[in-house]
Amino acid sequence: MKTERELELYFGPQHIGMVGNFSITLKVEGDRIIEASANPGYLHRGFEKLMEYRTWIQNFPMVCRINVIEPDSMEMVYAMAVEKLAKIEVPERANYIRTIVLELARLTSHLFGCWAYANMLGFDTVAQWAMYHRDLLLDLFEELTGARVYHIYIWPGGVRRDIPKGFKDRVLNTLHTIGSCIPDYDNTFFNNRLFYKRAKNIGKISKDEAKKLGATGQILRAAGIKYDIRKVEPYAVYDKVNFEIPTREDGDAYSRVWVIRDEMIQSVHIIMQCFEKMPQGEVYNRVPNPFKWKIPKGETYVRVESSRGELGLYLVSNGEDKPYRVHFRTPSYPHGLIILEKLLKNASIADVGNIMISLYVVAPEIDR
Amino acid sequence: MRNKLQVKKGSFLRPFKAIRYLFEKPGTLRYPFEQKEPSPRYRGFHLNDWDKCTGCGNCADICPNEAITMVEITEIKPKPGEKNERPKIDYGRCCFCGLCVDICPPGSLRLSRDYFHIHFDKKTFTLLAKDEKTDKEHFLSAEKYSIFQASLMHRKENNEGFVSDLKYSLFEPERVPMPQVPPEKRKLSFIEQVLGYSQQEAKKEASRCLECKLCEDACPAHLKISDYIRAIYEDKPDESLRKIFEDNPLPAICGRICMAHCEEVCSLGKRGKPVAVRWLKRYASDMIKDYKKALELKPIKPTGKKVAVIGAGPGGLSVAYFLKLKGYEVTVFDSLPGGGGMMRIGPPLYRLPIESIDKDVNYIASLGVKFKFNTTVGKDISFEEIYKNYDAVYLGIGTTVSRSTHVKNSDKAYSALPFLKENKIGKGVKVGREIIVIGGGNVAMDVAREALRLQHIQYPGEKVVTKTVSLEDWDIMPATKEEIEEAKAEGIQFNPGWGPKEIKVEDGKVKGLLCMKVKSVFDEQGRFRPTFYEEKEMFLEGDMVIEAIGQVPDFSFIPKELFDKLEFTPRKKVKIDENGKTSLPKVFAGGDIVNLNLDAVTAIADAKRAAEGIDLYLKGDK
Repeated sequence: MKTERELELYFGPQHIGMVGNFSITLKVEGDRIIEASANPGYLHRGFEKLMEYRTWIQNFPMVCRINVIEPDSMEMVYAMAVEKLAKIEVPERANYIRTIVLELARLTSHLFGCWAYANMLGFDTVAQWAMYHRDLLLDLFEELTGARVYHIYIWPGGVRRDIPKGFKDRVLNTLHTIGSCIPDYDNTFFNNRLFYKRAKNIGKISKDEAKKLGATGQILRAAGIKYDIRKVEPYAVYDKVNFEIPTREDGDAYSRVWVIRDEMIQSVHIIMQCFEKMPQGEVYNRVPNPFKWKIPKGETYVRVESSRGELGLYLVSNGEDKPYRVHFRTPSYPHGLIILEKLLKNASIADVGNIMISLYVVAPEIDR
Repeated sequence: MRNKLQVKKGSFLRPFKAIRYLFEKPGTLRYPFEQKEPSPRYRGFHLNDWDKCTGCGNCADICPNEAITMVEITEIKPKPGEKNERPKIDYGRCCFCGLCVDICPPGSLRLSRDYFHIHFDKKTFTLLAKDEKTDKEHFLSAEKYSIFQASLMHRKENNEGFVSDLKYSLFEPERVPMPQVPPEKRKLSFIEQVLGYSQQEAKKEASRCLECKLCEDACPAHLKISDYIRAIYEDKPDESLRKIFEDNPLPAICGRICMAHCEEVCSLGKRGKPVAVRWLKRYASDMIKDYKKALELKPIKPTGKKVAVIGAGPGGLSVAYFLKLKGYEVTVFDSLPGGGGMMRIGPPLYRLPIESIDKDVNYIASLGVKFKFNTTVGKDISFEEIYKNYDAVYLGIGTTVSRSTHVKNSDKAYSALPFLKENKIGKGVKVGREIIVIGGGNVAMDVAREALRLQHIQYPGEKVVTKTVSLEDWDIMPATKEEIEEAKAEGIQFNPGWGPKEIKVEDGKVKGLLCMKVKSVFDEQGRFRPTFYEEKEMFLEGDMVIEAIGQVPDFSFIPKELFDKLEFTPRKKVKIDENGKTSLPKVFAGGDIVNLNLDAVTAIADAKRAAEGIDLYLKGDK
């Protein structure tokens, strides 16, 4: 029953607390939210349909654009699917480089997430640090791939170029620079009492609910479930390196941010191991002539652990030079539409942005 | 159950530790006074080397955003087999993915490390990619360059970023190796040297073609090369054969001995190996046992007119084929016992077996073309009779008389054509142990390699030598590189840069060849006019000398009163109009007596033109 005090409130797409092209329509009574409905579609570019009209190689520059924050896992999942359908082998060294790129991308993405979250809660200093450190990593990407954001680097058959001379040292230096700031990050943000007060018990989700609603990534791990595609179904060289899956028990925003923090440290460990174990050799097995490349009839589903959770790709080939059907399973889809709506119920208006960003929703992933 | 990581409530005071960052240097750049130096691999604006660019348009084809259009530049005079089109890039669409760089066969298209483009006019965002070589005005040295200059459309020179690397290119630069009989084995017999691609190899080789069609412009007969290669890739050899037959009715012959002008211009050949167009044509013809079934010919409506073709060489066969399809009654006269003309007697068996020639000839005969073999025009039948009884006459007589060096005792030397003919369709020649071949062209290579085989057959296990002497040095030797390499591998010795002076004869037997050093082969106008250092001599020992220095046509069968009316060009070729018609009424001509290429595919091209011309002429005659 609608009461007289009930009010409809539009949160985004033009809203100071909204990150990304996304909007939530809230039904509020005072400061309490009675009902929230996510309202995506501001960024819909029809990628999945467009990809049906482009050749296998032409889709590469496009696929990374689905997720601005972490393009590499998008490239990886598409490359894996194409390789599986076309039965292309990837050289060992390329797999190591891919892993390094993916972990660097995870770091970039998590730092971006830290920026968004800290910024949202008003921790501007930390936000600036995170952004700065992310930029240092983008410099590395620029050196490796030639571009800062859309790398177009991982592609079928391996990677596009070998790592440049001295790249390893520069990566380790940069990681050291960022790593040496961890105490500052901890003091100022993760172990800040104000942050604790602001994030603890906000957007809490239980183990069972998280499972039921299709949560993956940090949301699932912060609720206490040790689930990571890198362990469950290892790709690239994740079965050859040692790393932990950080988890927390409480399932609230505070736990999720701590999981992200711990994951970053694990990523650094993975990168260091990859550099150590990386063999010499080729990094690219040539794919057929792009103007004549047809992939045998078949369909496949591949998945990787992106920085926000399970990223899957269902790819169908009809034996033609273009995909017949492309469908992405992006982690932000259940997070941003189903879980967000659920968690916003009975939250206060001041926590909308807080909850949304703690769920790590990236709008471009929802509107593909 | 609690996690081992205890949840800490955190501190109020510790965040203030961050205050020390107030006294540290900022991490940001003070733009525009400080600028970011892009990385060496940066993907910025395009650079294009116009000298290297072939205008193939592969960049425009692969661009996922259709940002690249090929624009015709009238100032560029394209080299043969290239186009004067250059890529123009719309930076409103470009996503800087660099696929265009990775597909660029000559490697002319690159991305620079430039990322400034400041302008109030949106039209400037679509521009022709150039580099400092072609656009000196807009490319400035690093000292002169600034952001202010960038706003005036200036770029920095020597600022290459993401460049093409063959190791990571999207095309395959290496050719599928053609299985061949190894030199040690093949020089002992006349078995066909090239074994031909298997289905898998042909498909793989066909898959390399980028379909830029530069080859189709370069081919004298303009075969639809990219179409028939695509058909092979798609495993449809009959479709491929249909495409070939549109312009060339001799795939088995051309698939073996074509000069492959297409491969010379193939864009993949700029940095790698060109697509094996010739071998793929051969594959298509070899795969089809019965042309007739594969070609699905439509019924031909006869016109009732008669055409005589003199010479059953590639040109004569082709004109007969094209005219037969148009419904004319064609009779082909040739003095040889079978079809093929020079193909029948010239290319040695290890390059072109008789069965392959007969495959093409028999198909043309099966369409109803009448062949009169062993009939020499001027001897067995007079030219006047033909001229009187037919509605049109095509002269495809080729060059059939070997030239001689006319040095002292040159009458003791063998000529190339009788030598080749005798070995291919005659009884064979008894050769010497030490043979000297004069000439540096493909015929000389054929002669030398054939002589070597004969030596090995006639003197098994003995020491035998075949050497060549040519006026031209290595760099200008007219024979194809492939032929020279194969000849070298078989053990032929080369003496480039020497000219014959005298054949030494003792007691009526050849003892060797006295040579003199060549000063120059061509004069200032580029005409063939060799000069020598008379005093610099070299003596080559040998017991047999074969001259292979070119051929001339024989027009003796044409009666004088008609021959006088036949006009020639300054380069002593028969003069024809755009329809292939000579100055003699109802006489058309083509092939070696008309063109300067002197090869089969050009003869086919001439024949196609003449067939159209004869058709027009006879229709207009009605």
